[in-house]
Amino acid sequence: MIKVTDLSKNYSTVEAVKSISFNIQDGEIVGFLGANGAGKTTTLKMMTGYLVPTSGQIEFNDLNIIDDTHEIQKQIGYLPELNPLYTEMRVYEYLEFLAGIRKIIGRKFKEALSRVIEECGLRGVVHKNIADCSKGYRQRIGLAAAMIHDPKILILDEPVTGLDPNQIVEIRGLIKQLGKEKLVFMSSHILQEIQATVDRIMIINQGEIVANGTSDELMSNFMGNVILNIEVKGAAPETIEHIQAKVPSVKFVSLNTSNDIQQIQFEYEKDQDPREDIFRYAVENHWTILKMTPHTTNLEDIFRDLTTESDVHA
Amino acid sequence: MHNIRIIYKRELHEYFNSPMAYIFLVIFAIVNGYFFTNTFFLFGQSDLRMLFDIVPLVYLFFIPAVSMGLIARENNTGTMETISTMPLNTYEFVLGKFLAGFCLILLGLGATVIHFITLVSVGTNVDYGAIFSGYLGLALMGAMYTAVGTYASSVTDNQVVAFIIGVFLVLVFYMLDKTLVFVPHSIAGIIQFLAVDYHLSNISRGVIDSRNLIYFFSMIGFFIFLTIQTLEVRRWK
Repeated sequence: MIKVTDLSKNYSTVEAVKSISFNIQDGEIVGFLGANGAGKTTTLKMMTGYLVPTSGQIEFNDLNIIDDTHEIQKQIGYLPELNPLYTEMRVYEYLEFLAGIRKIIGRKFKEALSRVIEECGLRGVVHKNIADCSKGYRQRIGLAAAMIHDPKILILDEPVTGLDPNQIVEIRGLIKQLGKEKLVFMSSHILQEIQATVDRIMIINQGEIVANGTSDELMSNFMGNVILNIEVKGAAPETIEHIQAKVPSVKFVSLNTSNDIQQIQFEYEKDQDPREDIFRYAVENHWTILKMTPHTTNLEDIFRDLTTESDVHA
Repeated sequence: MHNIRIIYKRELHEYFNSPMAYIFLVIFAIVNGYFFTNTFFLFGQSDLRMLFDIVPLVYLFFIPAVSMGLIARENNTGTMETISTMPLNTYEFVLGKFLAGFCLILLGLGATVIHFITLVSVGTNVDYGAIFSGYLGLALMGAMYTAVGTYASSVTDNQVVAFIIGVFLVLVFYMLDKTLVFVPHSIAGIIQFLAVDYHLSNISRGVIDSRNLIYFFSMIGFFIFLTIQTLEVRRWK
C-alpha cells in the first residue's frame, strides 16, 4: 500500500505540488491524470526517491521514502517520463546491467530475463542494439527494465505517450495484465488512455488533486446539467420560450430556425428527466417532434472542466 | 564494491563500444610518440624525461575529453533518473564512473611503455627507479585530472560545457606553479602546494614523499566528494 500525506514540492518559487494526499491499495491500478505541468511527474519523482519532497510523507507499507529510500527502491519498478535508455547497449546488456545493480546475477538473471522477455514481448529484439529498436519496442524495454526484479509496485510515467494506436492497445493490455498482481500507478495527460486501463482515476490540476474515484464515481459527482437537443416542426416561438411555466424542471437555452425546422436547446438537472413532460407539452401545442437527444456530460468534459477551471481563477 | 564494479564495467563498455576509446588511445599514443621520439635521438640521453614533460600537456585536453561525458551524458539523456531511482548509492555511481575514466587514461599511459622498451633496447645506464616514479607521478596526475573532469561533467548536462569547465579547472592547477613569480611571498607557499606541477616534479625526480601522495589523494578525494554533493543536491532542488 502507498500512503501519501500532505505532499508538497516547491521549485524555487513555483509550487509544483501543493499538499496532496492519497492512498493506493495493493492490486489496484490507479491512473494519475493531469494536463502537462500539473505536477504529475514531480509527484512520481518524489515517490521514487528521485526528488526529495519539500514537505509531507510518502509511505510504502511501513517504509518511509526519506529514511528507507533504497528499501523502497528495491520494491518499485519505475518507468520515467520519455523512457530514457542507454541506446548504445544491446537489450539484454541493458537489462543485465540494471539487474546487476539489483543483485540479480547468474542463473537468477537468466530466469528474470526470460520472464520479462515473455511478459513484455521482447523475443525478437533481445540481441539488438536499443538504438535500432522502434519506439514501441523501446517502451517495452523500458517496462522490462522496470520489471526485471519482479517488483510489487510499478510506477509508470506516461507509459504510452508517443506510441501509435496499435502499440497503445498492446501496452495497455500489458499494463492491465500486470495490474492483476501488482500495484500500478500510472500517469497520463490523455483521458482515454487512463480510462481504458485503470480501476481508479486521480485528477491533478495545478499541484492539487481535484478528483479521485472510479470513472463512474467521477461521472456522478461531477456531472452537471444535461443539455437536451430537440428538433421540432410547427412550433410557435412563444410556446417554446414559455415552456418553463408548464415544465418547471427545464430551462430554455436557445432556438435556431432553419427551413421551418426549429432546433431548440433545453437544459435540466441530471436527476430530473423532463422528456415525458416535454412530449406532452409538445402534443398540446401541436409541435411535431423530429428528434430529441439528451447530451450528458462525459468524463472528458469533466476532465476539461476540472483542469481548466482554476486557470480562469488564477 | 559490487555496484561500483557494475557501473565501471558499463562505462568501459560504452567507451569501447564507441570510437571514443580507440580515438583517444591512438591519438594519445601518436602525440606522445611524436614529441618523445622527435628529440630522443638528438639528446642521446637514456631517460624518458621528454615523455614525462609532454604527457602532462597532453593530459590537459585529453582527460577532460575522456571524462566530459561520464555524468553529463546521463544528465542529458535522462538515464540519470533511471540510475537515481535504483537502490544504488551516489558514491558507488561516481566512483564507478571515475574508475572507468581513469582506467582509460592508464591504458593510454600504458601504451607509452613502448618508448620505455625502446629505451631499454638502445640506451645505456637506464635509471629504472626514475622511470617508475615518473610513471607513478603521471598516473596520480591522471587520476586527479579524471576526478576534476568527473566533477566538471556532473555540473551540467552538456558535454561541451563539461569539457570546457574541465579544461579550465585542470589548467588552473597546471598553471598555478607558473604564477608564483607574480604573487606575494606570503601566499606563494600555499599556491605552490596547490600546484600540481610542484608535486609531480617532486615525484618524477624520484622522491616519493608522503606529502606529494597526500596532495594527490586528497585532491582526488575532494573532487569526488564535490561530484557526489553536486548530484545529491539536485534531489533537493
